[in-house]
Amino acid sequence: MNQLREYYERRELLSNLVLRELRSRYKRSALGWTWSLLNPLSSVLIYWVVFGVFLKVKAPIGDPSGQGNFVLFLLCALIPWNFFSNGVTQSIESLVVNAGLIRKVYFPRELLVASTIGGLLVTFLIELGVVITVLLIAGNMVLPWLPIVVLLVILQTLLVLGIGLLLSGANVYFRDVRHFVNLLMPMLFYSTPVVYPISYVPVNWQVAGRSIPLRSIYEMNPLVQLVSAYRALLYDLTFPSIGSLAYIAVWSIGLVLVGQFVFNRLDHRLAEEV
Amino acid sequence: MTAAVIVDHVSKRYRLYHERNQSLKASLLRGRRARYEDFMALDDVSFEIKEGTTFGLIGENGSGKSTMLKCMARILRPDGGSITTRGKVSALLELGAGFHPELSGRENVYLNGAILGLSRREIDALFDEIVDFSGIEQFIDAPVKNYSSGMYVRLGFAVAINVDPAVLLIDEVLAVGDQEFQNKCTDKINQFRSEGRTIVVVSHSLSSVGDLCDEAALIEHGHLVKVGPASETIDHYLSEILSIDPATLGIARRSTGEIKLQGVELISVNGAASDVVELGESVTFRFHYDVKESVESPVFGMSLTSSEGALVTGTNSKDQGLLTKVSLGLGYVDLVVPRLLVAKGRYHVTGTIYDSTQKTPIHEVGNLHTFEVVAGALRTSGITSLGGVWRAGA
Repeated sequence: MNQLREYYERRELLSNLVLRELRSRYKRSALGWTWSLLNPLSSVLIYWVVFGVFLKVKAPIGDPSGQGNFVLFLLCALIPWNFFSNGVTQSIESLVVNAGLIRKVYFPRELLVASTIGGLLVTFLIELGVVITVLLIAGNMVLPWLPIVVLLVILQTLLVLGIGLLLSGANVYFRDVRHFVNLLMPMLFYSTPVVYPISYVPVNWQVAGRSIPLRSIYEMNPLVQLVSAYRALLYDLTFPSIGSLAYIAVWSIGLVLVGQFVFNRLDHRLAEEV
Repeated sequence: MTAAVIVDHVSKRYRLYHERNQSLKASLLRGRRARYEDFMALDDVSFEIKEGTTFGLIGENGSGKSTMLKCMARILRPDGGSITTRGKVSALLELGAGFHPELSGRENVYLNGAILGLSRREIDALFDEIVDFSGIEQFIDAPVKNYSSGMYVRLGFAVAINVDPAVLLIDEVLAVGDQEFQNKCTDKINQFRSEGRTIVVVSHSLSSVGDLCDEAALIEHGHLVKVGPASETIDHYLSEILSIDPATLGIARRSTGEIKLQGVELISVNGAASDVVELGESVTFRFHYDVKESVESPVFGMSLTSSEGALVTGTNSKDQGLLTKVSLGLGYVDLVVPRLLVAKGRYHVTGTIYDSTQKTPIHEVGNLHTFEVVAGALRTSGITSLGGVWRAGA
């Protein structure tokens, strides 16, 4: 509760730090903000060619949208994934990058984590806007689902914030947290149905004569639920299951609480250690 | 009177790592934790700073005074005890600490203001004043990375000072910028004092603490040694820790105690002591000393510093091959200057006595004496005069 009040009291600073993040990101680059759209565009192109064309991954026909375009199928999951991946990797670095500030001025240090994520959230929302426009042009009437998309974005932001708070403090003490996360990220990417439909994951997996319920284990990953929920809303035009939304919410709120708790513990000697 | 800052049994421990485990691997290989020793930067320090006073923190390097200030600024959290402050606290620890080099001065003013706790509307209202104070109107929309270090610091100071704090914490940052800006800063601080705000200063300069502060605390090796009226605390520091008689003019930097410099006199041509010398006149610097233990051929040195703090010149007795013999008790040594060829202005004399190896200073006193050079028959521009005479060609 205290933390919430602190965030609220320093909202001006938060928005200023987010602005700093946004203003400085593409300073001195000729293309400027175009980069924030070029980056996802290039990854869409790569995944479409490799998975859609070479490996012939078939996008399932959206029910009830009837949509079957692989690029659209990809976009609905890839854009939220990018927000997750960039949010986690950059927020982990946020304290170390701002060491000078931490050593010389007092302000709630959580704001550095939050503002890094805030800056990425703005880019994410722009990208999402572009995706929604493309979907509308392709005939997917996504507008009625937008309120739930907003809810999903909020839950995802909390999820990223929780992980950021949890790991950014740890990264000050052990700089290899960042390397470890960089190692984990591709693993997470391929264990989340971004470039392939979830139906490609076998329900049961036979290993040495024993059957392992692979799909159920796979679905325990909150990112699987998150990406599937985005896809249900944007691609299939259907309501994601309440159970899956609740599952995401539990993870998000739980991680924020744990993250904030850990952050408070590590915050104590931050100015000395960073 | 109510207290603006209450320091209540504050302790701060630093960890001195022998081998720093900044990687998980190192940590796992060497056992769970890095080996470190605790170092008590502050040990059970308690004092109160009354509202509306100017308070100095003095002590030697590494004594813990800056740690104390950082604890007050909430940058560091004490391991034990607590610090209570009344009202908004603004710290001038490093000016422009929150500046982002790629952003313009204007953007940085808003950012830094927000870091210091101002709302957008408050900064809007203060913006003109801040820019005016910093004196860099024409560059306010240029990225700060193109600023000179002076401009950078001026803008940082302008933001920090305009935050309207109830308690202002200053860590020796005032020695920045040109003379004019320094005067502005001093005026602002005096204005703060007259407005009844509380100021806490950490400084090495005992004379500025003496001038500015009502009260002072002396911290030594993390312990509070003395707190009370500034002059008493400074005297205590001089006599107990630096072992110098506070009665001697100037403030000592180093002392081992065998010989002490008592002071310096400037003796003009007519034999009278005077602190005003005409450019090009003859003058004798007479250094008085007091020998406590016999020292074999000590070396006397002196240097002149301009009022801007620039070293003008320095000389010592050994350079001229003078072997001085000193006997116990009082004595003096003269530096005879046939023509004093430094431009008009105020100068500070630093006096040093070295042992014969010239490696160990026995006693060094900065700001031992101040005198003034005025233009006389000889005039010059710059910092020195050649003392030359113009003659018409054939």
